[in-house]
Amino acid sequence: MRIWLRIAAAAAALVLAAGGAGAQEKLKVGFIYVGPHNDGGWSQRHDVARQEIEKALGDKVETTYVENVSEGPDAERVIEQLARAGNKLIFTTSFGFMNPTLKVAQRFKDVKFEHATGFKQAANVATYNARFYEGRYILGQIAAKMSKTGVAGYIGSFPIPEVVMGINAYALGARSINPDFKIKVVWANTWHDPGKEADAAKVLLDQGADIIAQHTDSPAPLQIAAERGAYGFGQASDMIEFAPKNQLTAIIDNWGPYYIERVKAVLDGTWKSHDVWYGIPEGMVQMAPYTNMPDDVKKMAEETEEKIRTGQLHPFAGPIKKQDGSVAAEAGKTIPDSELLGMNYYVEGVEGDLPK
Amino acid sequence: MRLDLVPRPEPSGRMALLSPVIATVLTLAIGAALFLVLGVDPARGLYVYFVEPLTAGWSLVELVVKAAPLALIAVGLALCFRANVWNIGAEGQFTIGAVCGSAIPVLLPDWQSPAVLPLMLLLGLLGGALYGAVPAVLKNRFGASEILTSLMLTYVALLLLDWLVRGPWRDPGSYNFPESVLFSSAATMPVMGEGSRLHWGVLFAPLAALLAYLRLGTSVQGFAIKVTGAAPRAARFSGFSGGAVTLGVFVVSGALAGLAGIVEVAGTIGQLRPTISPGYGFAAIIVAFVGRLHPLGILVAALLLALTYLGGEGAQVTLGLSANVTRLFQGLLLVILLGCDTLIAYRIRFERRGRPAAGEASRG
Repeated sequence: MRIWLRIAAAAAALVLAAGGAGAQEKLKVGFIYVGPHNDGGWSQRHDVARQEIEKALGDKVETTYVENVSEGPDAERVIEQLARAGNKLIFTTSFGFMNPTLKVAQRFKDVKFEHATGFKQAANVATYNARFYEGRYILGQIAAKMSKTGVAGYIGSFPIPEVVMGINAYALGARSINPDFKIKVVWANTWHDPGKEADAAKVLLDQGADIIAQHTDSPAPLQIAAERGAYGFGQASDMIEFAPKNQLTAIIDNWGPYYIERVKAVLDGTWKSHDVWYGIPEGMVQMAPYTNMPDDVKKMAEETEEKIRTGQLHPFAGPIKKQDGSVAAEAGKTIPDSELLGMNYYVEGVEGDLPK
Repeated sequence: MRLDLVPRPEPSGRMALLSPVIATVLTLAIGAALFLVLGVDPARGLYVYFVEPLTAGWSLVELVVKAAPLALIAVGLALCFRANVWNIGAEGQFTIGAVCGSAIPVLLPDWQSPAVLPLMLLLGLLGGALYGAVPAVLKNRFGASEILTSLMLTYVALLLLDWLVRGPWRDPGSYNFPESVLFSSAATMPVMGEGSRLHWGVLFAPLAALLAYLRLGTSVQGFAIKVTGAAPRAARFSGFSGGAVTLGVFVVSGALAGLAGIVEVAGTIGQLRPTISPGYGFAAIIVAFVGRLHPLGILVAALLLALTYLGGEGAQVTLGLSANVTRLFQGLLLVILLGCDTLIAYRIRFERRGRPAAGEASRG
C-alpha cells in the first residue's frame, strides 16, 4: 500500500506540474454549481457572471464550470478536480460546498477559493454573499400598496437565517406602509421544484393572499399568480417573460462586478481572503424594472431603493417587535449583521410558527 | 419481417462472456457518434471519459471512494433480488445507518476514545438492519408490497435526517445553517496516508462481497435465498420459510446499506448534512444488476459506474460538455449493458411475416 501511495503521489505531482506549466499565460477560473447552469435562477446568475468575466477580461482568463453537483460527498471531489485541472481561482457557489471547499483549499494552498454564502474563511478561502433582504424590504412595501386583501403569501425554501431574514424584511417593508399587513408562509422544502412551488402558491392564494413572494428559484409561483390574476415577484433574475402582466419587480443577483474584481485581484497578485456582504449600494443586489403598478407606487419603490443605496434606510432599523411581541430592536438601534446571520424568529405580521 | 426474443432453454455461457464485449463496442460506437455530433473529437472524448480517470493516482483514489458505498449497498441488494425480494429502500437504510452512527459524535462530541468509531459502525449496521426489517415485517405480517413500503420509508428517513440537522442536531456554532458539528478525529475514519481521501472504510465493500460470495455458494441460508428466488414452491417443499428469507435478506441488505451510510459520513463528509448521498441507494440497484447479482461482479460494476461519474465530471471540466450530455451518456451505457445481458437468456430471431413460428407449438 505504501509503495502504491508513493506512485500515486508521484503521478499526482506530475499532473500538477503539467497543469502549472499550461496555466502560465491564462488564468484558469473554475465554477461549481449546485443546479443546472441554465436553471433560470440561482445557478444561472452565477453562470451569467462567469460569462461577464470572459467578456470583461477576454484572453487573460479561461473559465470552466461543473453543474448539477450535489452538496453531499461528491462536492469535494469535483472541487479537487477543478483544482487539479489548473484552475487557480475557484468559485463554489452554494452554501453546502463550504466544508468541502475548505478541505480542498487546505491541500491546494496556491489556489484561491471564493465560497458563496458561507461563514468560514481561510487564508485562501474568501466568502461573499448579497444582502437580498434589502430588495425584499422594497418588495414588501410594494406588496402592501398593491394588495387588496392585506394578506401576502410567501413561499420559503428552508427555514435558514437567510430565508427568515428575507421574510422579516418583507414584513417590515409591508408594515411600514400598512401596519395591519399579514404574511402567510408556506415552506416548500426545496430550492427548485416547480411542482411543489406551484402547489404552495395555490394554497396561499386559496387562503386569501392576493400577492405572492418567493424564496425559491423557479418561475412557477409567479406563473400561478399570473393565472389567478394575482401579483408576484421574480426571484434571482428578471422573470418578466413568465408573467408580463403580473410581475411587479424582481430581485436580481448581480455577481458579475464582484467576480471580475476578484479575478483582477488574482491577476494583479493582490487577492486576499475576506468576508463580504454586499447589497444594493455595491450593485450586487439589483431591482428589475418596476412594472404593472401605478406611478405613485413605482415612485415610492424607487425612493426606497435610493434611500437604501445611500444608507439613509436600513430595513432592520428599530423599533422592531418579534412575532410574540418582545423587542427585537429598540428605536434608534439596528439589528447587527451578526444577529441577522443567525436570525431564527419572525417579526410581527408574519403568521404561523417558524419550524425549529 | 419481425424481430422476436425467444427464450433459450438454458442461459448461454457464450453470451455471458460475449455480452459485455458487445455492450462495450456499442457504447464506444454510440459515444463516438455523440461526441461527433457535439463537435468534440471522438477519440479525445472517449479518452477523457473512460481512460483519463484511470491515469492519475488521485482519481484512482476517488474512483475507489465513490465505488465503495455503491458496492457495499449493491451486495446486500443482490441477496434480496436473488430471493425475489424487492428492496428499493436502500437509500433510506443508508440514511438511517448514517443517522444512528452519527448519534455518538453529535451527542457526545467530547468523547475521545478508540471505542467511538467501532461503536458508530455498529450502530450504523444496527440502524440499517432494523430499518430494513420494517418492510419485511410488513410484508410477512400484512402482505404489504415491499417495493412500496421500502421506497416510501426512504422518504421518511430523508425527512428525519433533514429535521435532525435543521433542528435538534444542528451545530450551535453554525449560524442556524443546517449541519451538525464536524466529527472529532476519534469519530472519523482513519485515512491511508496523510491528507488522502482514501479511508479504511472502503475495505468493507470487498469484504462484504467476499463474504456474500462464500455464504451464497456454501451455506444453507445461501441455498435458501437462491431456491426461494428461483422456485418459491420448491423452496416451501424443502422446508424453507419464505417469510424468514424475506426478513433475512432485508436485514442483511439494510445492515450493509446502514454501514455504507455511517462509513460515508465518518469517512468522506465528516458531519451530518441535509444531503449525505447523491442517490447511492438507487444507483446501487443498477450496480446490482450490471454486476448480474453476483457479489464479485458487483465490485466491477460499482467501479464502472464510479468511472462514468468521474469521466462525466472530467468531460465537463476539460471538454466543456454539459452535465446533461454526460448523464445521457451514462444512462446509455447502463441501458446497453443491461440490454445486452438479455441475450444470455434469450436469443434474437428474425422472422418473415406469415410463416408459422417454429418454437410456437412447443412453448404452449
